[in-house]
Amino acid sequence: MSLKDIKSKFPIFKSNKKLVYLDTANSAQKPKVVVDVMDDFYRNKYSNIGRGVYSLAGIATEAYEQSRRAIKEFVNGSEGEIIFTKNSTESINLVATCFSKFLKEGDEILLSEAEHHSNYVPWHFLRKKKVNIKFIPINNDGELDINKINSLITKKTKIISIIHISNVTGHTSPIKKIIEIAKLKKIPVCIDGTQGVAHANVNLKELDCDFYAFSSHKIYGPAGVGLLFMKSKWLDQFDPFLGGGGMIQNVDLKNITYASGVSKFEAGTMPSAEVVALKEAVHFIDQLKIKNIITHEQNLTNYAIDKLSQINDVEFVGTPSSKSSLFSFNIKGIHSHDVSTVFDQDHIAVRAGHHCCQILHKKMNIVSSIRVSFGIYNNKQDVDTLCESIKKCKKLFKLN
Amino acid sequence: MDLTELYQDLILDHGKKPRNFGKCNSANHDAKGHNPLCGDNIHVYLNLDNNNKVKDISFEGSGCAISVASSSIMTEIVKGKSEKKARVLLEAFFKMIKEGQEINKADLTEDEHIKFSSLAGVGRFPMRVKCATLSWHTLRAALDNEKKPINSEIID
Repeated sequence: MSLKDIKSKFPIFKSNKKLVYLDTANSAQKPKVVVDVMDDFYRNKYSNIGRGVYSLAGIATEAYEQSRRAIKEFVNGSEGEIIFTKNSTESINLVATCFSKFLKEGDEILLSEAEHHSNYVPWHFLRKKKVNIKFIPINNDGELDINKINSLITKKTKIISIIHISNVTGHTSPIKKIIEIAKLKKIPVCIDGTQGVAHANVNLKELDCDFYAFSSHKIYGPAGVGLLFMKSKWLDQFDPFLGGGGMIQNVDLKNITYASGVSKFEAGTMPSAEVVALKEAVHFIDQLKIKNIITHEQNLTNYAIDKLSQINDVEFVGTPSSKSSLFSFNIKGIHSHDVSTVFDQDHIAVRAGHHCCQILHKKMNIVSSIRVSFGIYNNKQDVDTLCESIKKCKKLFKLN
Repeated sequence: MDLTELYQDLILDHGKKPRNFGKCNSANHDAKGHNPLCGDNIHVYLNLDNNNKVKDISFEGSGCAISVASSSIMTEIVKGKSEKKARVLLEAFFKMIKEGQEINKADLTEDEHIKFSSLAGVGRFPMRVKCATLSWHTLRAALDNEKKPINSEIID
């Protein structure tokens, strides 16, 4: 399998022949193999996992656990465990909620100004415990000001939670450096890896963070499954996040004891078909090799930024030196939603708005922007179509 | 649908140079509207005189061409009308956008009718309906003295 004929592996491009999908950071399209595995599981192998003792239940449970192992291997999470959640958002909510028992009035949480709302709102909830939230500033290029970190960390800093790759500027945060600094001060680190996995090399053993959250639907897997890598030591220290079936050991009228390990955090019936199909998505990425994907997407990003730079009135939202597979921009004088409507006529799908990053947009003195994000199925022709549509938009709005 | 039908010169003009923009003097009614999806905000101010006539009306805020043009055109049409007429017009606007129903010509002058109808095309872009209706919802809230900001995600 190579990246050249990759579009043919995605059914969406068969039923939408003209589609130029530039919204992978929002959600990735699904390869046929992933859809097929889900279909096969529901048709031929379905039963709930971790409950029944009949053969079908055993097969389903084994497939579910195989997926967990595959994901752990995929991100080299050797010294920790993978917990299945609903999405990245729930993964971070789990960490924030469970970690809150270690916090008292006056304690500090360190985030950055580049955080997606999913890595701010769950921590904001903890302000009711009179905990303070500090933010590592970003500069005009959209880069994290790493020099400010040391002065922001105090004896009261109890946890640091940082976005891996910005979903607006594409900037890769210096997470390795941050984790090193935090480790010296014995502060746990949570990484919001939602835009990291499948677009960057994620090696959790090397990174050595305490928590790493990501989502299945952004890495070509089904929606409805989130992932949380958690260092083993936290599994016992944390109380359960949600209560219900599947997370208990023993229940009586007065007391309840909880399951050990990851089961403690997976209450209720899980989306088993989706989890099982996620393994196929991981396999799909592995076959293409992550290093080829990174090269392909970074080449496309550089090509796109170069081409868009040549169009007057295109203003980028930050120009970070370490780019990933996405960037955002505005056409001077035209609102992003108007631009998106024009693009839509040319079958171009982009995200328009604040991309759940109001703090970053406010810092850049803008209300909204257009985001272009690439996946493995994009090519230079997509970028050329985008450029033509930008010109069309300018003409319509009389910006020539 | 041809985009030039949506982005007519009239709409682009009002989008770029909105009329009645800013806080009007002597406003005795106002309301805020918000579209959380795109972060657009609008604040409608109006002065309702003793005869229940909209003596003055203005708006503040930011948004796309459709949203700004719709707000601007709304203020031009509603200014000088009775409260009752303003309410009839806003219902007619929702009917036009959502059900494609044309407004009765006798209700407006020819110039007003052209302006009002210029926004009809938005109805054919379902994803953009909220951009056009937010200001009219906010007008209704201002007339009702509604203190809670209008949230387009809940209303439409």
